[in-house]
Amino acid sequence: MLMLKCPYCGVMADETELSAGGEAHLKRFGPQSSAEDFEGYLFARENPKGVHVERWRHVNGCGKWFHAARCTLTLEVFGTYSAQVTAPPQDIRDAIRAKHPDWRWRDMA
Amino acid sequence: MKRYSAFAIAREALRFHSGWERAWRSPAPKKRYDVIIVGAGGHGLASAYYLGKNFGITNVAVLEKGWLGGGNTGRNTTIIRSNYLQDPSAAIYEKARSLYETMSQDLNYNVMFSPRGVIMLAQTHHEVRGYQRTAYANALQGVETQFIGPDKVKELCPIISLEGPRYPVLGGLWQPRGGTARHDAVAWGYARACSDMGMDIIQQCEVTGIRKDGGKVTGVDTTKGAMDCGQLGLVVAGHSGVLAEMAGFRLPVESLALQALVSEPVKPCMDVVVMANTVHGYMSQSDKGEMVIGGGTDGFNNYTQRGSFHHIEETVRALIETFPMISRLKMLRQWGGIVDMTGDRSPILSKTPVEGVFVNCGWGTGGFKSIPGSGWGMAELMAKGHSPLTEEFSMYRFREGKFIDESVAAGVAH
Ligand SMILES: Cc1cc2nc3c(=O)[nH]c(=O)nc-3n(C[C@H](O)[C@H](O)[C@H](O)COP(=O)(O)OP(=O)(O)OC[C@H]3O[C@@H](n4cnc5c(N)ncnc54)[C@H](O)[C@@H]3O)c2cc1C
Ligand SMILES: [Zn+2]
Repeated sequence: MLMLKCPYCGVMADETELSAGGEAHLKRFGPQSSAEDFEGYLFARENPKGVHVERWRHVNGCGKWFHAARCTLTLEVFGTYSAQVTAPPQDIRDAIRAKHPDWRWRDMA
Repeated sequence: MKRYSAFAIAREALRFHSGWERAWRSPAPKKRYDVIIVGAGGHGLASAYYLGKNFGITNVAVLEKGWLGGGNTGRNTTIIRSNYLQDPSAAIYEKARSLYETMSQDLNYNVMFSPRGVIMLAQTHHEVRGYQRTAYANALQGVETQFIGPDKVKELCPIISLEGPRYPVLGGLWQPRGGTARHDAVAWGYARACSDMGMDIIQQCEVTGIRKDGGKVTGVDTTKGAMDCGQLGLVVAGHSGVLAEMAGFRLPVESLALQALVSEPVKPCMDVVVMANTVHGYMSQSDKGEMVIGGGTDGFNNYTQRGSFHHIEETVRALIETFPMISRLKMLRQWGGIVDMTGDRSPILSKTPVEGVFVNCGWGTGGFKSIPGSGWGMAELMAKGHSPLTEEFSMYRFREGKFIDESVAAGVAH
């Protein structure tokens, strides 16, 4: 069973308490954008076989949304963090890169 | 290839089964193929088969990183039906279903197609209206289905409880020529027929890179060396995103785990397939007597081929409401596969931004039933550049907003 620590209430929650929200840090494109950008925002997900940064909601707990970095191949969790940021914080990136030095995420530096 | 027949069984019985030949060759890779198909699941093998059978293209290799049929093709619950809502889906799924009717004869391989009938239960008024609509759509599409009332449901499947504690059975969408087939046999039958046409099926050969020259594909790198090709078909289900990235484009696909389980074998008690989409579960009985059970996908992106146990629990809970007599059954095995989900829950059979590269994926939770139709269309697409069966399933439909929305029509994985 997958377990994630909710960064808001501090609970180590198991999967039945959580609900998955898909890829994190999407850049949103609205009605005025090009067809390519709009399609990309709506449908073209990263879907890596490897480390994935994603949104979760502590739905049967405090109710807050948060972020997690997790490997889709091993289910190893590299940490959870606030929903109020637009990219994984440095400590999360360090934890990932300690294990996956070449890890990249979209256009993130 | 020696044909299988009743006579062959008698002949081999008399000589202690010493004369059976291997069903397919395991050749060393050649340097060049006209067509390379990545992925020896049902869809990859069927694509290769119809390239040879319908278009005479036989300088073909099918490359498989594991063993053939070891992906979702060997992990599914084998439900076959074609009662979809949208016209393009009905066309390709009904083509597939009708090819299943004669597949054993065509391949000279017993795929145990059993058109025992499929009921999709309507357990809310919304579902009743939805399935009535589907039945009308199917009538126009030439797909034989019927909306039936609860009494008929009970007659077809006596072990069902019509008065479920949460959702009573209000009727159902009945497809009398839907059913099941043996999944491994479908992969093995196609593999044997492909090998017989001179195609190379190369197992334990993982594609690790795709070579291009000026926007056109020239070959692949694999764990068994590089190979050149004129055309490349990517037919790798849950790994479609990985292969697309090697080719340098992105697919609107996400990979999730879908699980299934089977019970201990019991005496025959159910000779139809029942799907209960509102409570999220479905069940049929295998020829060995096991109850074959499945439900919905797990929630998060996953490549582990394992799911989470609470999803199994949900599925079983739902089915116990529907079939109270299974509450004491012991479960034998449970497993998972990685399914390739698209935004509109319909597949992608398409040209791609790389010339010579074609993709056949996005079958998600429901692509066993479509294997022959998909192979038929994919072969035509690769051989002629277009196919009426695949036209609407282009990967560019997401940009154009031309969805083939089956997500409302099929609430559950199947
Ligand atoms: C639990 C479960 C139940 C299901 N139930 C049903 C059902 O009842 N009815 C129904 O119609 N459908 C069902 N499905 C869906 C169905 O199984 C799939 O849609 C279908 O089998 C997909 O076939 P495929 O050939 O595309 O993929 P697969 O059979 O998965 O084949 C893809 C192959 O590609 C190979 N591959 C991947 N990467 C590489 C690489 N880099 N190099 C070489 N090879 C590679 C894989 O090893 C694999 O063998 C179910 C699926 C699951 C998981
Ligand atoms: Zn919380």
